[in-house]
Amino acid sequence: MRERGGRAPLLVLVGALVFLWVPVLVLVGMSFNAAGTPYTWGGATLDWYAALARNEEVLTGLGNTLLVAAGATAGSVILGTPLAIGLHRHLRSGAWEALSLGPAIAPDLVLAIGLLSLFVLSGVTLGLHSVLLGHLVFGTAFVAAIVRTRLGHTDPALEEASRDLGATPLSTFFRITIPSLAPAILAGGLLVFTLSLDEFVIAFFTNGPATPTLPIVIYSMVRFGLTPEINALAAVLLLVTFTVVLAAQRLTGIGGRRRA
Amino acid sequence: MTPGPGAAPVPPTRVRRRRRGSAEGALLAGPGLLYLALFFLVPLAIVLVIAFMDRGRFGGIVWTPSLDNLARALEPVFLSVLIDSVVIAGITTLLALLIGYPAAWAIARIPARWRTLVLLLVVLPFWTSFLIRTYAWIVLLNSQGPLNGLLVGLGLIAEPLSLLYTPGAVVAGLLYAYLPLMILPLYAAIERLDPEIREAAANLGARPWTVFRTVTLPLTLPGVLIGSIFVFVPSLGNFVVPELLGGGKTVMVGNLVRDQFLKARDWPFGATLALVVVALLAILLVLQARASRAVEEGARA
Amino acid sequence: MMRRGSPGVQRPFVVALAVGAIAFAAVPVAAQDGGLDPAADLAQQTLTISNWAGYMPEDLPARFEEEFGTKVTVANHATNEEIVAKLTAGGDSGVDIAFVSGQFAQALAAQGLLFPIDQAAVPNMANLYPEAMQLAYDPGNAYSIPYAWGTTGLCYRSDLIAEEPDSWLDLLQPAEDVTGKTTMLFTERWLMLPAQKALGFSVNTTDEAEMAQVKDLLAAAKPTLLAFDDTTFYSRLVSGEAVLVEAWDGWCNYGIAENPEIRFVVPSEGSDLWVDTMVVLNSSQNKEAAHAFIDYILRPDVHRWVAENILYKVPNQAAMEALDPSLAETFPNMAITPAELLAQEELVDLGEAAPLYTEIATEIAAQ
Repeated sequence: MRERGGRAPLLVLVGALVFLWVPVLVLVGMSFNAAGTPYTWGGATLDWYAALARNEEVLTGLGNTLLVAAGATAGSVILGTPLAIGLHRHLRSGAWEALSLGPAIAPDLVLAIGLLSLFVLSGVTLGLHSVLLGHLVFGTAFVAAIVRTRLGHTDPALEEASRDLGATPLSTFFRITIPSLAPAILAGGLLVFTLSLDEFVIAFFTNGPATPTLPIVIYSMVRFGLTPEINALAAVLLLVTFTVVLAAQRLTGIGGRRRA
Repeated sequence: MTPGPGAAPVPPTRVRRRRRGSAEGALLAGPGLLYLALFFLVPLAIVLVIAFMDRGRFGGIVWTPSLDNLARALEPVFLSVLIDSVVIAGITTLLALLIGYPAAWAIARIPARWRTLVLLLVVLPFWTSFLIRTYAWIVLLNSQGPLNGLLVGLGLIAEPLSLLYTPGAVVAGLLYAYLPLMILPLYAAIERLDPEIREAAANLGARPWTVFRTVTLPLTLPGVLIGSIFVFVPSLGNFVVPELLGGGKTVMVGNLVRDQFLKARDWPFGATLALVVVALLAILLVLQARASRAVEEGARA
Repeated sequence: MMRRGSPGVQRPFVVALAVGAIAFAAVPVAAQDGGLDPAADLAQQTLTISNWAGYMPEDLPARFEEEFGTKVTVANHATNEEIVAKLTAGGDSGVDIAFVSGQFAQALAAQGLLFPIDQAAVPNMANLYPEAMQLAYDPGNAYSIPYAWGTTGLCYRSDLIAEEPDSWLDLLQPAEDVTGKTTMLFTERWLMLPAQKALGFSVNTTDEAEMAQVKDLLAAAKPTLLAFDDTTFYSRLVSGEAVLVEAWDGWCNYGIAENPEIRFVVPSEGSDLWVDTMVVLNSSQNKEAAHAFIDYILRPDVHRWVAENILYKVPNQAAMEALDPSLAETFPNMAITPAELLAQEELVDLGEAAPLYTEIATEIAAQ
């Protein structure tokens, strides 16, 4: 017997996709509207893109954001990968697990006020470095979580063999362990990079006033009302995400196939 | 961070290996755990402590223990914000579930070659700037916006409705922001379902609704719970969506926390409010863990 | 690149390993002793300025840079509270000059965060109105230099409102045709102001009984509002979403520029005199350039350019006298005289009573 209502879920799915895409597409459409408002069409233009490219705040914010995201990605991979291996192979304990997963679950607002308090009370100045310290918290947790999933599927026999054949632990680690985890590390790194790029709450609380990140610049633009440049920025970001997600799919897909 | 190069080759006896193992474990996991202890646990502990302190004149903290903030947070005016926040986040979660479940179901049932594309379509908007996505709703819901224009144009309404700056606008913004977080875990749970179980139930004469209620739903409940938490947690602590789409009239607890830290500079009270949120979420997580365990045990039995 | 990066920046994981040693060593650099160095090379200095978005001609920093060789970076803040929260967070914020309202400058000075202005390095102070140099928040301009000033009133669409407003109660207890189409400022002092003035209290009152009445009046007004709005109220007037808003005079002008039916009025109960000032942070490593920048702003031609650009009155007599007279025709509030401004009440910091205001603001928000 075929299940009934086979159509209804499909309709909901289509509705959900429309819901998810219409707002974004309206912005993209507006970014080409010379009138600069959503209310009237004033002919096609690329002026808003030109204005965006000249907008120094946006460019500075972008630079700051990339700096933080790159640091967060590298640091999270360096901290998170061994953390996952250590937890998986050696330290089976609920408390350590909870600590390594906590930041992924904790509300960002709570983490943000906690970090702000820590920095202020301990005399750490606020700036990009404090944002980076904050992003490393959730970054490490995410990389560790993703790498652990992968560890569950890798074969420890390979490493044993390597050791039994006389390889030092260090070379086993770099020659066997890391390559077998590469897809997960890459996926984790990409996730942290994209999360950090768009992270607003922790940055809003722990950043200094002199070094706004892109989300903070966007926040102030959005609060000052309807700016056509935001639409252009939305379109650009959408394009960038699209590329990154596709690239990620490619990369991790290839990695996955290699293993199989 | 990595095993020291100086470590001598060790004979593979059990005892020796375990000893080396724990040192290696500490070496591997140590830096990460230390980092998280320092920049995750310590901040949370600080929030916990300052929640029970007094504020200073210029902000800052006066280190005299007090329960005043807790008492204040439970005053009716703030309690009602807490309740409103839970209700708004709850409605958002419920709507996400009502939309997300059938949508995830449909994704799991469409031909495999389309599935990746559709999943990508679900995820992509989620990866563009959260602030810009929220801003898109200001554009859409504005009294001069496209939605009102459409409704007036179709003759459904005579005057533009004030859609913006209502609790409904806040729910729409939150739903829009977090719907993919509901669909993905649900999809994962539904996809894993073994269609044969349902078919068996159906062949035994169960009606579709009964099959769904007694077989499918319990088996996908872990996904439902995870998706619900993924939507509920960030919704409850959100302050951007209520600020931009609520116009300062629909206020959630996140706005109050933000204002205490960055406007009023009353950190202790802000910490108290945050703590109440954490307590609420902790209760929820415990309930969730219990529920999924019950489901797992039920499945095994 | 990173400004005055702490060691934590380049090697994040080192911080994790070296725990406190490194992270906590990033303590603020002590401010240089004494006054300005007259021999300082301004081209070697950089300036980071925090200002309200759009509150300065866009190419002003570039022009200053061209003349003095000092690289200028502008960071924006949306409200006084936002920037003050960051400046008081401790340590070197990286900001050299901040634009804040007078009562906030007063509070920052009271916390020892501001560098005393070296008036010898700001000869263009002579261009200021004498009235602007004896204001209650900082008499004699010890810590702050006024940048713009004005008052707060009602900004409205004369074509969409039945009766022209002239009282704060027109905002707080709106007529039926206006209900749901008003906005109020939410930044603390200006949130209280309409109710304070409507009830005949001082804008600086610290009397708890008075403030309780203020709170009740505001609480009753909240459901009649379209929104609380500190940043986009003028565009709501232009779009017609709102017809009556509480606004700073200069910001109402942005609306008038787009729709001449928009008007500004100071309600009959009176209002405030607010002053937006420029302050130099004690933590600044570029104090000479900061003074040069402030002096540059105070040049008659530059300050006039500022006024014509941001459509706010500037407290600079030489600049205002040179102002394009047609401006006052389009934007009548540009013609408000210093004497008229001084007839309003000057905002000052509330000192110990500040928490009273923040608590009421929080409760209004929560309601």
